[in-house]
Amino acid sequence: MMKVQIEVNGKETSAEVDDRLLLVHYLRNTLGLTGTHWGCDTSNCGACAVWLDGIPVKSCTTLAAMADGASVRTVEGLEGDALDPVQQGFIEEHGLQCGFCTPGMMMTARALLDQVPDPDEATIREAISGNLCRCTGYENIVRAIRWAARHEAAAREQQSAHEPQGAAL
Amino acid sequence: MTATETPAAQTPATDSPARETLTSPAGNPLGFGRMLRKEDVRFVRGQGHYVDDLVLPGMLHGAILRSSYAHARIVSIDTSAAEAHPKVKAVITGKILETLKLAWMPSLSGDVVAVLATDKVRFQGQEVAFVIAEDEYSARDALELIEVEYEPLPAVVDARRALDSDAPVIRDDLEGRTDNHIYDWEAGDAAACDEVFANAPVVVAQDIIYPRVHPAPMETCGTVAHMDKVTGKLTVWTTTQAPHAHRTVYALVAGLPEHKIQVISPDIGGGFGNKVGIYPGYVLAIVGSIVTGVPVKWMEDRSENLMSTSFARDYHMHGEIASTRDGKILGLRVNVLADHGAFNGVAQPTKFPAGFFHVFTGSYDYPAAHCKVTAVYTNKALGGVAYACSFRITEAVYLVERMVDCLAFELGMDPAALRMKNLLRPEQFPYTSPTGWEYDSGEYPRALAEAMRIAGYDELRAEQSRRREDAKKPGADPAALLMGVGVSFFTEAVGAGPRKHMDILGLGMADGCELRLHPTGKAQLRLSVQTQGQGHETTFAQIVSHVIGIPPEDIEVIHGDTDNTPFGLGTYGSRSTPVSGAAAAVAAQRIKEKARVIAAAALECSVDDLEWEHGRWFVKGDPSQGKTIAEIAMAAHSSLELPEGVEGHLDASVVYNPPNLTYPFGAYICVVDVDPQTGAVKVRRFIAVDDCGPRINPMIVEGQVHGGLADGVGMALMEVIAFDSDGNNLGGSFMDYLLPTSMECPSWELGETVTPSPHHPIGVKGVGESATVGSPPAVVNAVLDALQIRAADMPFTPAATWRALQGRPLRPDLAIE
Repeated sequence: MMKVQIEVNGKETSAEVDDRLLLVHYLRNTLGLTGTHWGCDTSNCGACAVWLDGIPVKSCTTLAAMADGASVRTVEGLEGDALDPVQQGFIEEHGLQCGFCTPGMMMTARALLDQVPDPDEATIREAISGNLCRCTGYENIVRAIRWAARHEAAAREQQSAHEPQGAAL
Repeated sequence: MTATETPAAQTPATDSPARETLTSPAGNPLGFGRMLRKEDVRFVRGQGHYVDDLVLPGMLHGAILRSSYAHARIVSIDTSAAEAHPKVKAVITGKILETLKLAWMPSLSGDVVAVLATDKVRFQGQEVAFVIAEDEYSARDALELIEVEYEPLPAVVDARRALDSDAPVIRDDLEGRTDNHIYDWEAGDAAACDEVFANAPVVVAQDIIYPRVHPAPMETCGTVAHMDKVTGKLTVWTTTQAPHAHRTVYALVAGLPEHKIQVISPDIGGGFGNKVGIYPGYVLAIVGSIVTGVPVKWMEDRSENLMSTSFARDYHMHGEIASTRDGKILGLRVNVLADHGAFNGVAQPTKFPAGFFHVFTGSYDYPAAHCKVTAVYTNKALGGVAYACSFRITEAVYLVERMVDCLAFELGMDPAALRMKNLLRPEQFPYTSPTGWEYDSGEYPRALAEAMRIAGYDELRAEQSRRREDAKKPGADPAALLMGVGVSFFTEAVGAGPRKHMDILGLGMADGCELRLHPTGKAQLRLSVQTQGQGHETTFAQIVSHVIGIPPEDIEVIHGDTDNTPFGLGTYGSRSTPVSGAAAAVAAQRIKEKARVIAAAALECSVDDLEWEHGRWFVKGDPSQGKTIAEIAMAAHSSLELPEGVEGHLDASVVYNPPNLTYPFGAYICVVDVDPQTGAVKVRRFIAVDDCGPRINPMIVEGQVHGGLADGVGMALMEVIAFDSDGNNLGGSFMDYLLPTSMECPSWELGETVTPSPHHPIGVKGVGESATVGSPPAVVNAVLDALQIRAADMPFTPAATWRALQGRPLRPDLAIE
């Protein structure tokens, strides 16, 4: 047993855990954050994808111990005052059906857009190629991520349009 | 973005197109039309509620010890060390289950299935013991402490050897059983077919394997069972596509009173047929809760899912097609060897042991057809459950679409032209097929022409000719990609019953539905079917809205809970919209008619004086005098005096027994580029024209098609569960059983035609499995067209494609040369 301290979605968490406890089980069972799903055991499907210090990882093959002292972000931490544009994009473009791969897929998508704000289709397809989806054939997931990129670009434009005015005040 | 936009949806209303432009206060269509899904808000927040998310006070965790052998006698099982584990609460073996008469349970097709092995193990991964512990890690630790002594037996791995006289008998548990034969079944007129073939100018024969594949939903199977000893009530939260059927089976298997069993199917992370059957793990969780007195959770891991819970296909087919020299098809016959694994657990209507395979005559006009199916036991997991297969129509469509391409190859004809020449014509509908199916409606040439138009078929063939000419020139690039174009046309038969012809375990395939309007005009719709991602909460609200005009956001769809929904057989075989969708439409129509009577009472006029506009009855000639459905709902619950014989409230309850199946169809074209040096296949384009009748929610329909097309690419290019000569499963993880990713899938190009079903109340046909059924032959035909060879079996992995190019095609189902 060992004690871990992990910042999860901006909140400090801490628990005595089995040395071999997987991060996905820490999140789901210890903390009750069941939005992160478990799908394959072998890092293939990505249903368990979360951010570890800002980088998407497969939490089914990451030990909770490896996240000690680190910060983790899960699907429950995506939403701010409103849904994240990625979440809204998945709704608008029918980017999900059964919803099981969706949290991991959105965490990967959010990380992509933070790095590449205006990705083309090929870039998106490559970025999500470690996340399996059995329902959508990926088409609408690509569209959902493009939706989020477009809306974030529009929001940035609006913000920069307002900035000079704000400075004058 | 470069993703191809799909064409605008045609207005699919069947009786009053104009009103579909009406929208609700929330901006949703009052009826059919694109509408965002009601269920998505919880899913994108990570607030979906799946079985594995459930935690109950005092809940224990189960894990299953599985056989490492494909075929072995169990000499002894020593559980003492496992029982001594400090966190283990119980260890259950087959011997213990025997004392409870629970060691065996009925399969879905008249056989029995071992819950835990007692005498022998019959496939690698079979359930041998069940450990219940305080947590999942301890339960799995304790599995390592169980000592099983096996006496290995020779395994039957190759279905073609299963009936050999010296083949070991797998099912010696069945009295009098001396071989591995399960059944012979045939359809069509063999004699008439023989005569046609004897006189046919052209006959082409081909062996075709549809290998074993797995539905592999992203969520594996699992159950939380809670037997409340005080009330005697058993609650089972489980991954099931058919909660009511499961409840009845639990009552029959365990002798529990059915009214004391509640089956809850919460959010389901994909099903595709994998969650139709009842698996030993479900029963073991129930037994575990009965034994320990507290809730028990069992969730399988991915390897368990791929090795033990259902498989699909495994059809070894020998097809023969007869035609004239100019390509008029005269007949088709096929012999099938069906590998059912160690137990016959197929989920099929009782009368049809090979499912709907005898719809194999497909979409073409010819008089002679015959099929014979022989099913055998092998030392593999039980199955034939499904993989979005529409009761074996996947295999049937694959057969006919491959045979038509083989014929085109031999005749030197264009495969699209050959199909066009032979497609059933619109005036032939309703059409009775040579094997007895009555196709309800179809306009096949229009769909194929539309697919060819979207694809730019002639230009594709011109490009292919150019490339082939270039490749023949001196100094041509040996690495130049080989271009292939594949065509398929499919006819589906979905929406089972009618109940007099179709049942599973004696339960007729009809489905109930209850629609209840509250006094304020909001509604609850209770369904027997269960979504696994298809969007029922949205689509079914739109069906009700279509009929009675209340906003879809005011209609709550309740499903997946046997205590709170009417009985029905569940969601598989694309039957939700054809059957339950019809039930919902009929319930809404009854509400609408009752509303008319109540409106007449409230307006003090005759019902004949009333006219309907969407959502409102009004007095003919005086539209200001009228009542909306919401006003009528309030009146129905008020003290208003109603005509004699009219009950208060505004509810309707329907059991819908479909008069026939519905017959969606479609035309698919796939374009591939094959690297001749590596064998890698790239799907360049995929064009899918689907006709599923009017589209309730075009967005959801397109999503269903997209998913099925990805299935087709997966099966054609990478998905297979093969076995070695000892019966070891070689597809037991996602490292071995490959699913298509975003990189293998192209940007789908969709089109549609709309041919309403004449017998469905709102004309719709179901679409959930169309693309899975129709797409594999299109991809395979394209690859073979690129290679310019007549036949080789999928999946076309790079190695398999390369070997096919060298003239040494692989057999995909066995890792045996």
